[in-house]
Amino acid sequence: MESKPLSPHLQIYRPQLTSVLSISHRASGIFLGTAGLLALVVWLGSIALGPSQYEMTMSFLRHPLMLPLLLLWTGAFYYHLSNGIRHLFWDMGVGFELSTAYRSGYAVIGSTIALTSATWIYAFFEVIVEVVR
Amino acid sequence: MRILNFLGLSILKGALGHWWHQRLTAICIIPLSLWFMASLVGHLRSDHETVVTWISSPVVSITMVFLICGIFYHAKLGVQVVIEDYVHTRGSKLFLLIALNTGALAGALAGVLSIFSITFGTV
Repeated sequence: MESKPLSPHLQIYRPQLTSVLSISHRASGIFLGTAGLLALVVWLGSIALGPSQYEMTMSFLRHPLMLPLLLLWTGAFYYHLSNGIRHLFWDMGVGFELSTAYRSGYAVIGSTIALTSATWIYAFFEVIVEVVR
Repeated sequence: MRILNFLGLSILKGALGHWWHQRLTAICIIPLSLWFMASLVGHLRSDHETVVTWISSPVVSITMVFLICGIFYHAKLGVQVVIEDYVHTRGSKLFLLIALNTGALAGALAGVLSIFSITFGTV
Protein backbone atom coordinates (compact mmCIF):
# COMPACT_ATOMS: atom_id res chain seq x y z
CA MET A 1 0.00 0.00 0.00
CA GLU A 2 3.01 2.33 0.27
CA SER A 3 3.95 2.02 -3.40
CA LYS A 4 1.61 4.66 -4.82
CA PRO A 5 3.39 7.94 -5.59
CA LEU A 6 2.51 10.63 -3.03
CA SER A 7 2.46 14.41 -3.19
CA PRO A 8 5.77 16.12 -2.32
CA HIS A 9 6.09 17.78 1.08
CA LEU A 10 5.05 21.38 0.74
CA GLN A 11 7.41 22.87 3.32
CA ILE A 12 10.48 22.55 1.09
CA TYR A 13 9.06 24.88 -1.56
CA ARG A 14 9.01 28.67 -1.72
CA PRO A 15 5.36 29.63 -2.33
CA GLN A 16 4.70 30.53 -5.98
CA LEU A 17 1.47 31.27 -7.84
CA THR A 18 1.35 27.75 -9.26
CA SER A 19 1.94 25.97 -5.94
CA VAL A 20 -0.48 28.21 -4.05
CA LEU A 21 -3.19 27.53 -6.66
CA SER A 22 -2.42 23.81 -6.45
CA ILE A 23 -2.86 23.56 -2.67
CA SER A 24 -5.91 25.84 -2.88
CA HIS A 25 -7.52 23.29 -5.19
CA ARG A 26 -7.25 20.69 -2.44
CA ALA A 27 -8.28 23.09 0.33
CA SER A 28 -11.35 24.28 -1.60
CA GLY A 29 -12.19 20.68 -2.49
CA ILE A 30 -12.07 19.57 1.14
CA PHE A 31 -14.17 22.57 2.23
CA LEU A 32 -16.79 22.00 -0.51
CA GLY A 33 -16.82 18.23 0.04
CA THR A 34 -17.32 18.38 3.81
CA ALA A 35 -19.01 21.59 5.09
CA GLY A 36 -20.50 22.38 1.66
CA LEU A 37 -22.11 18.99 1.14
CA LEU A 38 -23.29 18.88 4.76
CA ALA A 39 -25.08 22.21 4.18
CA LEU A 40 -26.57 20.87 0.93
CA VAL A 41 -27.99 17.79 2.68
CA VAL A 42 -29.31 19.84 5.62
CA TRP A 43 -31.00 22.24 3.16
CA LEU A 44 -32.60 19.36 1.16
CA GLY A 45 -33.58 17.51 4.34
CA SER A 46 -35.26 20.59 5.80
CA ILE A 47 -37.35 21.00 2.63
CA ALA A 48 -38.43 17.36 2.99
CA LEU A 49 -39.27 17.82 6.68
CA GLY A 50 -41.67 20.72 6.15
CA PRO A 51 -42.24 24.50 6.05
CA SER A 52 -41.16 25.30 9.62
CA GLN A 53 -37.92 23.31 9.35
CA TYR A 54 -37.21 24.93 5.98
CA GLU A 55 -37.78 28.42 7.39
CA MET A 56 -35.47 27.59 10.31
CA THR A 57 -32.68 26.49 7.96
CA MET A 58 -33.13 29.51 5.71
CA SER A 59 -33.16 32.00 8.59
CA PHE A 60 -29.97 30.37 9.86
CA LEU A 61 -28.35 30.65 6.41
CA ARG A 62 -29.58 34.25 6.05
CA HIS A 63 -28.06 35.30 9.37
CA PRO A 64 -25.48 38.10 8.84
CA LEU A 65 -22.80 35.99 10.55
CA MET A 66 -23.26 33.36 7.83
CA LEU A 67 -22.48 35.84 5.02
CA PRO A 68 -18.66 35.45 5.14
CA LEU A 69 -19.02 31.66 5.16
CA LEU A 70 -21.42 31.74 2.19
CA LEU A 71 -19.06 34.09 0.35
CA LEU A 72 -16.21 31.65 1.05
CA TRP A 73 -18.44 28.80 -0.16
CA THR A 74 -19.33 30.46 -3.50
CA GLY A 75 -15.69 31.54 -3.96
CA ALA A 76 -14.43 28.01 -3.24
CA PHE A 77 -17.05 26.59 -5.62
CA TYR A 78 -16.07 28.79 -8.58
CA TYR A 79 -12.36 28.42 -7.82
CA HIS A 80 -12.54 24.61 -7.68
CA LEU A 81 -14.67 24.59 -10.86
CA SER A 82 -12.35 26.90 -12.83
CA ASN A 83 -9.15 25.27 -11.63
CA GLY A 84 -10.72 21.84 -12.17
CA ILE A 85 -11.23 22.72 -15.84
CA ARG A 86 -7.55 23.81 -15.92
CA HIS A 87 -6.67 20.37 -14.53
CA LEU A 88 -8.78 18.63 -17.20
CA PHE A 89 -6.75 20.44 -19.90
CA TRP A 90 -3.52 19.27 -18.25
CA ASP A 91 -4.94 15.73 -18.21
CA MET A 92 -5.27 16.00 -22.01
CA GLY A 93 -1.65 17.14 -22.18
CA VAL A 94 -2.46 20.78 -22.92
CA GLY A 95 -0.93 23.83 -21.21
CA PHE A 96 2.14 22.43 -19.47
CA GLU A 97 4.54 25.22 -20.55
CA LEU A 98 5.46 27.36 -17.56
CA SER A 99 4.23 30.58 -19.18
CA THR A 100 0.91 28.92 -20.13
CA ALA A 101 0.55 27.51 -16.60
CA TYR A 102 0.95 31.03 -15.20
CA ARG A 103 -1.47 32.54 -17.70
CA SER A 104 -4.14 29.86 -17.04
CA GLY A 105 -3.53 30.42 -13.32
CA TYR A 106 -4.34 34.12 -13.65
CA ALA A 107 -7.36 33.19 -15.81
CA VAL A 108 -8.61 30.93 -12.98
CA ILE A 109 -8.25 33.77 -10.44
CA GLY A 110 -10.05 36.14 -12.80
CA SER A 111 -12.91 33.75 -13.51
CA THR A 112 -13.30 32.99 -9.78
CA ILE A 113 -13.64 36.68 -8.95
CA ALA A 114 -15.94 37.35 -11.93
CA LEU A 115 -18.29 34.40 -11.32
CA THR A 116 -18.42 34.96 -7.54
CA SER A 117 -19.23 38.66 -8.03
CA ALA A 118 -21.85 37.87 -10.69
CA THR A 119 -23.53 35.37 -8.34
CA TRP A 120 -23.68 37.83 -5.44
CA ILE A 121 -24.89 40.68 -7.65
CA TYR A 122 -27.61 38.31 -8.97
CA ALA A 123 -28.52 37.29 -5.40
CA PHE A 124 -28.78 40.88 -4.14
CA PHE A 125 -29.96 42.46 -7.39
CA GLU A 126 -33.19 43.89 -5.95
CA VAL A 127 -31.37 45.24 -2.89
CA ILE A 128 -28.70 46.83 -5.09
CA VAL A 129 -31.34 48.43 -7.35
CA GLU A 130 -33.09 49.76 -4.24
CA VAL A 131 -29.90 51.30 -2.86
CA VAL A 132 -28.90 52.83 -6.20
CA ARG A 133 -32.36 54.33 -6.58
CA MET B 1 -7.69 -7.88 2.02
CA ARG B 2 -11.04 -7.45 0.34
CA ILE B 3 -12.15 -4.86 2.90
CA LEU B 4 -8.88 -2.93 2.41
CA ASN B 5 -9.48 -3.06 -1.34
CA PHE B 6 -12.98 -1.72 -0.90
CA LEU B 7 -11.79 1.18 1.24
CA GLY B 8 -9.16 2.14 -1.32
CA LEU B 9 -6.22 0.94 0.77
CA SER B 10 -4.93 -1.34 -1.94
CA ILE B 11 -4.07 1.65 -4.05
CA LEU B 12 -2.05 0.29 -6.95
CA LYS B 13 -4.83 -1.98 -8.11
CA GLY B 14 -7.49 0.71 -8.16
CA ALA B 15 -5.39 3.78 -9.00
CA LEU B 16 -6.27 3.96 -12.68
CA GLY B 17 -9.98 3.42 -12.06
CA HIS B 18 -9.89 6.03 -9.31
CA TRP B 19 -8.20 8.52 -11.65
CA TRP B 20 -10.77 7.99 -14.40
CA HIS B 21 -13.77 8.13 -12.07
CA GLN B 22 -12.48 11.40 -10.62
CA ARG B 23 -12.32 12.97 -14.11
CA LEU B 24 -15.60 11.51 -15.37
CA THR B 25 -17.53 12.71 -12.31
CA ALA B 26 -15.81 16.10 -12.67
CA ILE B 27 -17.01 16.47 -16.27
CA CYS B 28 -20.55 15.39 -15.30
CA ILE B 29 -20.90 17.77 -12.36
CA ILE B 30 -19.55 20.87 -14.17
CA PRO B 31 -22.88 21.63 -15.95
CA LEU B 32 -25.00 20.10 -13.16
CA SER B 33 -23.46 22.17 -10.36
CA LEU B 34 -23.57 25.39 -12.43
CA TRP B 35 -27.26 24.75 -13.10
CA PHE B 36 -27.80 24.07 -9.39
CA MET B 37 -25.97 27.20 -8.25
CA ALA B 38 -27.98 29.40 -10.63
CA SER B 39 -31.29 27.80 -9.57
CA LEU B 40 -30.38 28.04 -5.89
CA VAL B 41 -29.65 31.76 -6.10
CA GLY B 42 -32.91 32.19 -8.04
CA HIS B 43 -34.78 30.54 -5.13
CA LEU B 44 -33.10 32.43 -2.28
CA ARG B 45 -36.32 34.22 -1.32
CA SER B 46 -38.77 31.43 -2.26
CA ASP B 47 -41.12 30.04 0.36
CA HIS B 48 -41.43 26.31 1.13
CA GLU B 49 -44.29 25.69 -1.29
CA THR B 50 -42.44 27.26 -4.23
CA VAL B 51 -39.26 25.29 -3.53
CA VAL B 52 -41.23 22.02 -3.22
CA THR B 53 -43.01 22.69 -6.54
CA TRP B 54 -39.65 23.47 -8.17
CA ILE B 55 -37.89 20.31 -6.93
CA SER B 56 -40.94 18.07 -7.58
CA SER B 57 -40.88 18.59 -11.33
CA PRO B 58 -39.47 15.43 -12.97
CA VAL B 59 -36.58 17.14 -14.76
CA VAL B 60 -35.40 18.95 -11.63
CA SER B 61 -35.69 15.98 -9.25
CA ILE B 62 -33.96 13.56 -11.64
CA THR B 63 -31.18 16.07 -12.41
CA MET B 64 -30.74 16.69 -8.70
CA VAL B 65 -30.43 12.95 -7.95
CA PHE B 66 -27.68 12.71 -10.60
CA LEU B 67 -25.98 15.77 -9.13
CA ILE B 68 -26.07 14.34 -5.59
CA CYS B 69 -24.66 10.96 -6.69
CA GLY B 70 -21.96 12.51 -8.89
CA ILE B 71 -20.90 15.16 -6.42
CA PHE B 72 -20.71 12.84 -3.38
CA TYR B 73 -18.71 10.26 -5.36
CA HIS B 74 -16.38 13.00 -6.66
CA ALA B 75 -15.93 14.38 -3.13
CA LYS B 76 -15.27 10.89 -1.74
CA LEU B 77 -12.59 10.21 -4.37
CA GLY B 78 -10.97 13.61 -3.80
CA VAL B 79 -10.83 13.50 0.00
CA GLN B 80 -9.55 9.91 -0.24
CA VAL B 81 -6.47 11.08 -2.17
CA VAL B 82 -5.78 13.77 0.42
CA ILE B 83 -6.00 11.18 3.23
CA GLU B 84 -3.68 8.84 1.30
CA ASP B 85 -1.17 11.64 0.73
CA TYR B 86 -1.03 13.19 4.17
CA VAL B 87 -2.03 10.53 6.73
CA HIS B 88 0.79 8.06 7.22
CA THR B 89 -0.30 6.07 10.28
CA ARG B 90 -2.07 2.91 9.23
CA GLY B 91 -4.63 3.08 12.04
CA SER B 92 -5.60 6.72 11.45
CA LYS B 93 -5.71 6.11 7.71
CA LEU B 94 -8.04 3.15 8.13
CA PHE B 95 -10.25 5.10 10.54
CA LEU B 96 -10.45 8.17 8.27
CA LEU B 97 -11.17 6.09 5.16
CA ILE B 98 -13.98 4.22 6.93
CA ALA B 99 -15.38 7.54 8.21
CA LEU B 100 -15.12 9.03 4.70
CA ASN B 101 -16.90 6.13 3.02
CA THR B 102 -19.61 6.00 5.67
CA GLY B 103 -20.11 9.77 5.59
CA ALA B 104 -20.22 10.01 1.80
CA LEU B 105 -22.69 7.12 1.52
CA ALA B 106 -24.89 8.45 4.34
CA GLY B 107 -24.86 11.97 2.88
CA ALA B 108 -25.73 10.84 -0.63
CA LEU B 109 -28.49 8.58 0.70
CA ALA B 110 -29.94 11.37 2.85
CA GLY B 111 -29.90 13.73 -0.12
CA VAL B 112 -31.53 11.28 -2.54
CA LEU B 113 -34.17 10.20 0.01
CA SER B 114 -34.99 13.86 0.71
CA ILE B 115 -35.54 14.46 -3.02
CA PHE B 116 -37.78 11.35 -3.22
CA SER B 117 -39.72 12.50 -0.19
CA ILE B 118 -40.17 16.02 -1.61
CA THR B 119 -41.12 14.72 -5.05
CA PHE B 120 -43.56 11.97 -4.01
CA GLY B 121 -45.39 14.23 -1.61
CA THR B 122 -44.69 12.57 1.71
CA VAL B 123 -44.12 16.10 3.00
